[in-house]
Amino acid sequence: MKTDVQESRHDEQPGASADLRTSLLKYSGGLVFSIILTGASFWVSGTGAVWAGGVPVLLAALAIAQMGVHLLMFLHVSSGPESTNNIMSLAFGVFVVALVIFGSMIIMHSLDARMNDMPVDAHHTMMAP
Amino acid sequence: MSAVMKEPMQTIERPVPRSQRGPAPARVTVTYGMWLFLLSDIVMFAAFFAAFVVLRDHTAGGPSGRALFDRHDVLIETACLLFSSFSCALQGIGVEYRNKIVTYTAAAVTLLLGAAFMVLELSEFTRMIGEGAGPGRSAFLSGFFALVGLHGLHVACGMFWLVVMLAQVATLGFSPKVVRRLLCFNLFWHALDIVWVGVFTVVYLGAFT
Repeated sequence: MKTDVQESRHDEQPGASADLRTSLLKYSGGLVFSIILTGASFWVSGTGAVWAGGVPVLLAALAIAQMGVHLLMFLHVSSGPESTNNIMSLAFGVFVVALVIFGSMIIMHSLDARMNDMPVDAHHTMMAP
Repeated sequence: MSAVMKEPMQTIERPVPRSQRGPAPARVTVTYGMWLFLLSDIVMFAAFFAAFVVLRDHTAGGPSGRALFDRHDVLIETACLLFSSFSCALQGIGVEYRNKIVTYTAAAVTLLLGAAFMVLELSEFTRMIGEGAGPGRSAFLSGFFALVGLHGLHVACGMFWLVVMLAQVATLGFSPKVVRRLLCFNLFWHALDIVWVGVFTVVYLGAFT
């Protein structure tokens, strides 16, 4: 069983991939950053101190930052050679997600606007043969 | 003679070209497969997000998010998931050092926080349905219950998975297979937290802006 040999060489060394201090620091850092960013999100949405028009943009920026913190600190996405494939698929996933969400928003918003602009008679003319 | 000739050749340290390194270790390939599953899961969530965002203003004369949501509850739910993410990471350290006490303790904290999250979310759902704001009330509420309910379903499945994994640690010990499954569970739980960041920003905080 060749795979067993490989497994024992690569997988069965306790604590081989990272030392305790580094991981603990990484996870605590992730927790602290997340607490700060979450607190900021809730504060921004509740306070009147921020200009109302800027709140959605600020919330989006904070959410993206927090997702980045999670990816780096908890999901171990790095620039190392082992995660090249992970990064490529992540990029594709982000692309598809953005396409689905923003594409739907743009199309439905545009349709909404067109329906509202349409005069009441238009429905009848459209129905007419 | 040939054995003597071979010996020093093997001791020369030289970077092996990637094409000659052979198959990647199972830890890398298994987590890559899990990563692909998580990304496709997140793409599915994106469809639910898109539906919710498109339908959020279509309340059909019913209650809007601002009237229904309680920001303090959402903050507590978020804290539960965030700290459960941290305890899940600590559990990962416990697994890496093959330490059963750390693993069990961290997993128990993760389960407890996950259960607290589920209780809060289900009590929110029952309160809303009791107020006549069920998923059938308006397109907005259909989108809300579909998206948030789907995330809650994922959390429930994750908790079930964790219980199964703890049973495997108890019976099989830290065998390579079990360790890899625990690694996959770690990825799954953190990915759920990433989705929740989107949920509380778009669904809950978005309702107050």
